[in-house]
Amino acid sequence: MVSIVYAAPTSIQDAVELLADNAMPANVLAGGTDLLIQTRAQAGSAESRLFVDVKKIKGMSSANMTPQGLELGPSISCAEFTARDDIRALYPGLVEAAGLIGSTQIQGRASLGGNLCNSSPAADTIPALIVNSAQCVIVGTQGERRVTVEDFVTGVGSNCMHQGELLKLIFVPTPVARTSDAYLRFIPRSEMDIAVVGAGVSVTLDASGSCQAARVSIGAVAPRALLVPEAAAALIGTSLDAAALTAAASAASAAAKPISDKRGTAEYRQHVVGVLVKRATLIAADRVKP
Amino acid sequence: MSKTHVTTSINASLHEFLCEPGDTLLDVLRNELQLTGTKEGCGTGDCGACSVTLNGRLVCACLVLAVEVEGMEVGTIEGIGQSDSLDVIQEKFLEHAALQCGICTPGLIVSTKALLDENPDPTEAEARYYLAGNLCRCTGYDKIIRAVMDAAATLGGAKEGV
Ligand code: FES
Ligand code: FES
Repeated sequence: MVSIVYAAPTSIQDAVELLADNAMPANVLAGGTDLLIQTRAQAGSAESRLFVDVKKIKGMSSANMTPQGLELGPSISCAEFTARDDIRALYPGLVEAAGLIGSTQIQGRASLGGNLCNSSPAADTIPALIVNSAQCVIVGTQGERRVTVEDFVTGVGSNCMHQGELLKLIFVPTPVARTSDAYLRFIPRSEMDIAVVGAGVSVTLDASGSCQAARVSIGAVAPRALLVPEAAAALIGTSLDAAALTAAASAASAAAKPISDKRGTAEYRQHVVGVLVKRATLIAADRVKP
Repeated sequence: MSKTHVTTSINASLHEFLCEPGDTLLDVLRNELQLTGTKEGCGTGDCGACSVTLNGRLVCACLVLAVEVEGMEVGTIEGIGQSDSLDVIQEKFLEHAALQCGICTPGLIVSTKALLDENPDPTEAEARYYLAGNLCRCTGYDKIIRAVMDAAATLGGAKEGV
């Protein structure tokens, strides 16, 4: 049985020192919905493990809207995040992605930072964060660095954080006027499942409805969520007509590098990712306020 | 390993206990505090039998470490109704025969209470989505949902349709 040592520091600095200490392997404990299960899965091992509970650190579980953007404490629970009307008004797609994770009970604990750091290829919030140009503020004993979300995840379950580092903040810049976003995923059931395919889209339209800027990100079709500039390029400068949507869908399908598994075949995922990109684009466009 | 001392409020009364850092809130409720109304189905956050509230939010007690609840407010099934005066939700579960073996029932009642506190007037679809994390292997969900919708109607008046 893994024996757990628990610490609940009240400052970022104390947390980083605990995480950097080499005495035993350390994990950040936020909502714990992945960590507790992953730890129990290693029940045979006799090691000790330090859990650094970051929820008692000021700012780690709150969300603060500033003129520049949303300062998101990584350990904020999905339930608290999705209940915020001010956040939903600016980033409806990101809120919808966070609302898809697990049951009501899981939502009560699971955090956005945890979804990011667990770095599953199928994580719902990651494509939604990517299309909103979100950045990760990572702090370690050597100081702070910023990494875009598209560069944060490096592979299945792995990310760019080193031992002793802590994700301190997720920063989501304020979208320019007439911008909105959407996230869609495909699951074979109506609730409580893991994405077979996910797609996030953000579009900026001018007064005539022509697309000025776009970001497209796809999930569950590669080892990590991908930003697809070719799909965005197919939308920019168009009125999001059928030809543009088809071109964006083809670009997304071409960028996808899916595997076949029990959730779906590679061919199926390659096709569905294009369909979801089309649909998410239309939903995002429809949400743009005149 | 030395045990940790935790002070917390459970169903609005102060409790103190000692636990190992790896103990879950579910372990402590059932084994230390003899609050055995909260059930263990899966132990992995999938079934909802262990549903409790933590500072008012519905969570799985099997995915919360007991040490984490220091200074927090825990709500369990023991805080809902009394043996001589049941809560409306409990009465409706009895009336609609919304239980068989009963293992899922405390979790469903805690979750239904959280649902109706948040949304007193749910549609059937809203209720079904909210309760999707509470699994029942014997009764079937129709009777459960009938009990939930009847409780909502009795408490305030539910919307028509889905
Ligand atoms: S016992 Fe906690 S969810 Fe099943
Ligand atoms: S009544 Fe047996 S699991 Fe629900």
